[in-house]
Amino acid sequence: MKLHEYQSKQIFARYGIPIPKGRVAGTAGEVKQITEEFGTNVIIKSQVLVGGRGKAGGIRLVKSPQEAQEVATSILGMEIKGLPVRKVLVDEAVSIVREFYFGITIDRVKQQPVLMASGSGGMEIEEVAVKNPEKISKVYIDPILGLKEFQLRDVAMSIDLPRQQWRAFTEIGMALWKVFSDCDASLVEINPLVIAAENKLVALDAKIILDDNALFRHQDLAELRDMDIEEPSEIEARKFEVTFIKMQGNIGCMVNGAGLAMATMDILSLFGGEASNFLDIGGGASAEKVAASLRIILSDPKVKVVLINVFGGITRCDVVAKGILTAAEEVGVKVPMVIRLVGTNEEEGRQILKSSKFASADTLVQAAQMAVAATKEN
Amino acid sequence: MSILANQNTKLIVQGITGHEGLFHAQQMLYYKTNLVGGVTPGKGGEWVLDGKVPVFDSVKAAVEVTGADASVIFVPARHCADAIYEAADAEIPLVVCITEGVPVQDMLKVKSFLKQKKTKLIGPNCPGILTPGESKIGIIPGNITLPGNIGVVSKSGTLTYEVLHALRQQGMGVSTCVGIGGDPIKGMGFIEILELFEADAHTDKVVLIGEIGGSDEENAAEYISRYMTKPVVAFIAGITAPSGKRMGHAGAIIDGKTGTAKAKIEALETAGVRVAKHPEEIPAILS
Repeated sequence: MKLHEYQSKQIFARYGIPIPKGRVAGTAGEVKQITEEFGTNVIIKSQVLVGGRGKAGGIRLVKSPQEAQEVATSILGMEIKGLPVRKVLVDEAVSIVREFYFGITIDRVKQQPVLMASGSGGMEIEEVAVKNPEKISKVYIDPILGLKEFQLRDVAMSIDLPRQQWRAFTEIGMALWKVFSDCDASLVEINPLVIAAENKLVALDAKIILDDNALFRHQDLAELRDMDIEEPSEIEARKFEVTFIKMQGNIGCMVNGAGLAMATMDILSLFGGEASNFLDIGGGASAEKVAASLRIILSDPKVKVVLINVFGGITRCDVVAKGILTAAEEVGVKVPMVIRLVGTNEEEGRQILKSSKFASADTLVQAAQMAVAATKEN
Repeated sequence: MSILANQNTKLIVQGITGHEGLFHAQQMLYYKTNLVGGVTPGKGGEWVLDGKVPVFDSVKAAVEVTGADASVIFVPARHCADAIYEAADAEIPLVVCITEGVPVQDMLKVKSFLKQKKTKLIGPNCPGILTPGESKIGIIPGNITLPGNIGVVSKSGTLTYEVLHALRQQGMGVSTCVGIGGDPIKGMGFIEILELFEADAHTDKVVLIGEIGGSDEENAAEYISRYMTKPVVAFIAGITAPSGKRMGHAGAIIDGKTGTAKAKIEALETAGVRVAKHPEEIPAILS
């Protein structure tokens, strides 16, 4: 789960990481008022959960309350990469002497937390990693021992940070590690961390990504979730413990297991079709879950056919088949369905489906071909 | 023959009195796995599954009495790290964690802790290990596969079952099937399992099932091209997956340009691995 910049900055502030004076606003009037109050140049920053806000014109420097109102009006009406801007952060403008990248994330290859810093601040770190990997300084953190101050001094030296800033840098680094571990983050990032006037270090931007698996122990953070970035259907699915992701095609998919759900989307594409969604129904394909899933899939009017692929294993296919038919009746499915069930009692399952109006497939290839063919018929 | 588990493996189930734990313990027993006990703190002294399986209060107590050398964990996600520490502390050589949704930072600490231990971990968020005809540690359905000479290693659950089923339809059997799980921070990875298959006298060919996210498949490709003499066939799920979306598994996410199926397939093909276009194509490529 991603947090907004303003939410991340509030957390940073609690841990003593210096941030610019700033306030969040939802209307141009408020922005004007905040700018008047600050009495300085301000930066108006759109609060959307995508990268490239600056390039899209979503981050602007303004020099007067009047200009602030105009710019805020335009930014608050924008969409950035499809996401509407509903809030802006108004930050006091800071004069920048030097910029750095500073962040902690998880290195999947080393299976360890890694702290990264670079003198190439402000740029996308992924870009730096590809083009100039030598410009990124890394230290790996033992998660039991925690980050140590000497590691931060090593990093400070390697990015040529002036000695007078080492102490402040070490404090920010230790605080950043504390945010990372206290919040169960998978990423905490300051990009850029700047040397501002009077040689002070300030975090101009803030990014936190939280581990969804750990939200159960962070009720306060879980409440920060921005529902705007999620498809209503994806939110609905979560209530039934079903994982749903909207796609662009016209073949609705209902599959048990994430890997098989992806493989089912892939095989449709291989045979010239396109899935309208990814859907992992999880364990135990109960009639209730199937009905909820069908409703979510069919809420997309583009869907011309539904493909159900359940590899039962231990789950009994006759029970699943009955559940599917009950759910289909309840939901009132009007499009064709192709159903493939494998596992215990699969023959009985198929017999039950034969007496229905829906098609039954034996193999994955056959199921995909039938579903793709059905999109071409109507 | 097999890797990691065979008919002599003495297994305990951590969380045996829970709903999932008890159900799957029964299934493992049906499969004639050498299930010697279970652990649920506070329920030591009870017997479950028609009085066949003793319950202990701690892993240490279970090991002392039964001599268990493997444990499978079904406890809820929030208690998994503790369960793994307990098993490792009792020096169980093999721990398989089935539970999904374990916090990543818990797993980071577990990984760090295990560096000082001899315990090998599989999972979490995995279907476990199946050595057909000998031992079932986890939730892989026993009836969809046969003993044979093909090693299977996978990040997925039901997709793995799909492949086992497709192999069986063509009369092909499996030496051992290992589901390593789809989490970003996990126990043994592709390379460690490939090493075991390469060394196993009864594994002649290997099937590797990967998916989008991270670079495990690319690293496995490099290992295969350098060290493996046995043929490897792969399938990678997620060629149609969009960037930036977590596709069910915690680790299955294309992050910017890294972790795409295309890059993984290219890396594997460059390493001489034949990559199937869909799961049902795997048996034909193997034969």
